[in-house]
Parts: sequence; C-alpha cells; structure tokens
Amino acid sequence: MYIVDLLGIIIPIMMFYSAPLIFTALGGVFSERSGVINIGLEGLMVIGAFSSIVFNLAYAETLGALTPWLSILVGTIIGGLFSIMHAVASISFRADQTVSGVAINLMAVGLGVFLTREFYGKGQTDMITQPFYTQSVPFLSDIPIIGDIFFKGIYYTSYIAIVVAIIAWFVIYKTPFGLRLRAVGEHPMAADTNGINVTKIRYIAVILSGILAGMGGAIYAQTITFNFSGSTIVGQGFMSIAAVIFGKWHPIGALGAALFFGFAQSLSVIGGTVPFLANVPNVYLVIAPYVLTILALAGFIGRADAPKANGVPYIKGSR
Amino acid sequence: MFSNRLFNLLVPLISVLLGFLAGAIIMLIFGYNPIAGYSALISGAFGNSYAIGETVRQITPLMLTGIGIAFAFRTGLFNIGAEGQVLVGWLASVWVGISFDLPAVLHIPLALLAAAVAGALWASVPGILKALRGVHEVVISIMMNYIALHTCNYIIRNYLSNNGDKSEVIAETASLRTTWLYEKMGYSQIHWGFIIAIVAVIAMWFILEKTTTGYELRSVGFNRHAANYAGMNVKKNIIKSMMISGVFAGLAGAMEGLGTFGHMHVHGSFTNLGFDGIAVALLGANTAMGSFFSAILFGSLKMGALRMPTVAGVPSELVEIVIASIIFFIASSYIIRWVLLRLKKEEN
Repeated sequence: MYIVDLLGIIIPIMMFYSAPLIFTALGGVFSERSGVINIGLEGLMVIGAFSSIVFNLAYAETLGALTPWLSILVGTIIGGLFSIMHAVASISFRADQTVSGVAINLMAVGLGVFLTREFYGKGQTDMITQPFYTQSVPFLSDIPIIGDIFFKGIYYTSYIAIVVAIIAWFVIYKTPFGLRLRAVGEHPMAADTNGINVTKIRYIAVILSGILAGMGGAIYAQTITFNFSGSTIVGQGFMSIAAVIFGKWHPIGALGAALFFGFAQSLSVIGGTVPFLANVPNVYLVIAPYVLTILALAGFIGRADAPKANGVPYIKGSR
Repeated sequence: MFSNRLFNLLVPLISVLLGFLAGAIIMLIFGYNPIAGYSALISGAFGNSYAIGETVRQITPLMLTGIGIAFAFRTGLFNIGAEGQVLVGWLASVWVGISFDLPAVLHIPLALLAAAVAGALWASVPGILKALRGVHEVVISIMMNYIALHTCNYIIRNYLSNNGDKSEVIAETASLRTTWLYEKMGYSQIHWGFIIAIVAVIAMWFILEKTTTGYELRSVGFNRHAANYAGMNVKKNIIKSMMISGVFAGLAGAMEGLGTFGHMHVHGSFTNLGFDGIAVALLGANTAMGSFFSAILFGSLKMGALRMPTVAGVPSELVEIVIASIIFFIASSYIIRWVLLRLKKEEN
C-alpha cells in the first residue's frame, strides 16, 4: 500500500505544521469579522511563544508532564493581554489599524528579546525539557489504514486545533454573539442602532484574536522550535493572515487554508522523499502558499470579499 | 485653538518624547540608569568619526525606504511591501555589479537603474491588483515580501554563487565605497549612497509638490472619487504611485548591495529596512522633509543601540521598544490631539 505509506508520512507533518496556523488564523477570523484588521497576529504569536517558553523553563521540574499544557495556557493569557494594546489603539483611539498592528509586531519582538536577555543573559533561551511529544490515539490508531494515517504519531494539539475551528464556526454562525460580531463587521452603524455595543463586541473579538494567536505561538514554540529567540516566529503570523483571506473569513475556510499551507510546508520539508516532487526545486514549494493567496485574492480562484467595515474605526454619529 | 500646522508638528514631537519616556521607564523597572543608557546611545551614534560613519550608513537605506513608503501613503496606499522591494533591488544591483564590465560612470548608474526597475516592477503587482481588481495592497505586498525573500535566496544559491550563502563580490567599478571616505570616517562602512538618498528626498518633494503628476497623486490620496470626477485616471495613478514607491525601496536595496556589503547574502529573515521605513514615514508625517529627519532619528537610534549593552548593560532591543512605542503613539494621535485640545480648553 504505497499511497497509505505516503499519506502516513505527509498527513502527520502537515497537521504538525498547520496547528499553530489554524489557531492564529481563527483569531484573525474573529478580529476581522468584527471589523478590526489585525496585522499584529505575528507579534501576538511571538509573545505567546515567548511567555510559554519562559513558563516551561521555570516550572518544568515541578510540574512534569503537565508543563507544556500549562505553558500553552500562559501563552494564551499573555497573548490575550497583549492584544488589549491593539484593541485600545484601534477601537478607542481610532488608530489606523494596520499601523497599530505594525507597532504590535515591532513591540513584541523587541520586548521578547529584551526580556530574554534580561532573564537569561543571552539572545535565546535554553531548550525546554518538557515539550509536546507525538502520540498515538488509543483504540483509534488500531483501525486499519485510517488509524495509520490519522491517529499515529500526531500531536494532540493538532486535533484540538480542528475542534476549536468547529467551535469557532458554531460561535460565529449559530450564536447571538456571532450574529452581533458579523453585524458589527459589516455595518457597525446598523448594529449600533439595534442596540449592539459595537465597542464591546470589537474589544471581545480583538482579545479573542490575541488569545488564539498567543495559543498558536505557544504551540509553535512547544512543538517545533523548543526555545525562544528573535527568529522563533518568522512569518507564521503573516501566513495565518493569508489563511484568513484564503479561507474567505470563514472559520472552516481558514482551517482548510491553514491545513493547505501546512501541507505546502510539509512538502518543502519532505519533498525529497516523495518521488514526483523530488525534482521540483524547493523554492516553488516554499512560495506556493503566497502565490496561491495572491491568485485567490486577485479573483482567479473564486471571489473573496472582506467584511465591509474591515479596517474602519467606528465613530458614533458619523455616516 | 491650535492651528493644524502646529498640531502636525506637535504630535510627532510628543510621540517621540513619550517613546523615549517609555524606554526610560522600562530601563528603571529593570534597574538600569536611563541617563547612562541614553548617553551610551548618543555616544554610540555620534561618539567618533567611526560611529558617525556607521550611523550615516544606517540612515541611508532607511531614508530611501521611508520616503518610498511616505510617497505611497500620500496616494492613500500602504506599501508594506518595501521589504520585498529592497530585496529585489539589492539582488538586481548586485547582479549588474557582478555581470557587467563597464567604467564606473556607466556601471554605477546602470546598477542603480536595475535596482530601481526591479523595485518598481515588484511594487507594480500590488499596484495593478489594487487598481484593476480592488484587492487590498497590504496583503498582496506581504505575500510579495515572502516571495521575494525565498526567490532571492534561491537565485543567490543557484545562479549568483556555487550553492553558497552569498553572491560574488561586485566589480570595483560598481561600488559606492571609496578608500578616501573609508579612511576619513574612521574605517567605517560609510559609502557615497547618502548623496543618492538626499537627492531622492529632494526628488520626492519635487515630484509630489511641484509637478502635475504629484498633484494628481495627492488628489487621489485625498479623495479618490473627487479625483475621478475631476477627470484624473485613478487606476493609473495608483499603479504609478506604487511603482515610484518601489523605485525608492529598490534603491535602498542598491545601497546595501553597492555600498554597505558589496554582495548579497542569503537572508534567513527580512532586512527590516522596509518595516522600519514604515516607522520613518509615519513619524515624518509622510512628507519629504519629515521623513528626512525621522530617518536620521531612527537610524541613529539603531546604530547607537549597539553600544548600549557594552557601556550601560542595557540590551540593545530597548531601542526596538522605543521605536514601537513611538509608532504606537503616532498611530493613536487622535488621543494626543484630544488631550491637547482638553488642555487648551482648560487654559481658556
């Protein structure tokens, strides 16, 4: 069963690379659906990665195998707190949202490396001793074929990512909060007239994006890099933004896009072992996600329309 | 009431002050002496002729990316893709520098031209897509940045070197560095590119303020619909603005290729010239003069920062935090204006 072997290699790596992108992209979906562009996802991932690694290094001995899970929780909380800066600037101070996002990105890397030097006296932290390990799901991994492909040698965080995407879809499309969120992103004045607190909804959405991006960064650090430095997160946040747009601002779309980008990355990692890709220069596989996003946006692969009020600060009383 | 002009001057100044204040507070929190930290910064940037030479070298490309981004801002476009345009400009200038055998009077202009064209072409992609399909230029530019990063690395590895990490060194005739300047400025990496940067600042001011093209570009920036109603071709102007912006960013890349390094190496991540250029443009209120001064400020900060760890023990990343804070305050200028107006009201 040659195909099964191949899928058994590709799918775990693809899910491994996509998990952080899925979380962060879902954060982007929440933020942009409420009408706040969040270019700062990259920086929020950096902060999530940084705080989770610091926590992991500090408590690995006392907490044992529980450490990576709690580290993710810490990264999540700090990411949420950090995103309040973006929320205050872009919602209350009516800042240009892209500019505020750029400031977040600069700030996160600056602060992260500054504190790393402060705590450890060097530009990068030590390797963590309690990272996540790949696991095989009990029972399910015994199913022939499917078990080998989907349930062996995969991080639990990858499954959680998919579950969270489904929850996000439910929240955005099936709950009153989701309806309000979408209304605020499409036509804040109409929402306001109907008694929805635009400011509150946008604050919640931006903080949710910080929480999810912090989680994404933390997972990236605990499963892929195992330490923190200025170059831990290089472009994963921007790639998640691409996933948001490629997924047409829909949680399940973003999930699919993130999985696809993870797939593209996994190809550039294992391309040499896959016969029909072995002769393709690596560069084509590496730039594929970006080129495809451009093609998607240019309307060559279906239309993608942003929420109408995306990027526009809401000022009561203005038309 | 404050006049608008005074506001436009006060807001950046207050943002810079608040940024430095934020830096000082962070230094205090971590038990450093802010005065020692900032004086190390100043001596690191201007302490001797070597420091000044390095600072000028640092300012040169920043000034070019800064005015490039400012130029696009004036037409209402956010060129976050300067990063990628710097890389392709750098690559093009180095390629010309390696491949041609010409006298310096032809070689340098040709290499600069190549960088400008490469930058313009790279910037034209988001410009064209914005104009014709209405796609937001920011996302396309970000994607173009990554494509530039990986493609340039690939070309360096496979075409400009023998699977190595850096290209061959450019011919002497294409170099912007001279021994005289090198020795004069304490053996620093300074090169004549700063003259090109100053000429570019003047050119940007002239194009925007003194030509019909500039008038049209600014009109599109002020109000796209009004410009259209007045008979201007909005789409053409959007593409034009992005391409001119790309020319400046491409030239910034040439400064690195022909001046600072004399070759191009494989990049693990971005040069940050493009992202810092955003800071330069924002602080400079998107004017030529403003960007000129803010490039000097940020360039000096970045250079001076390198001396902070050895002299005052402060990690150099503090400067990144200061710059980020300045951008944050500039972005939130609404609140600064609001506070200023409040203060003024209470006086009356």
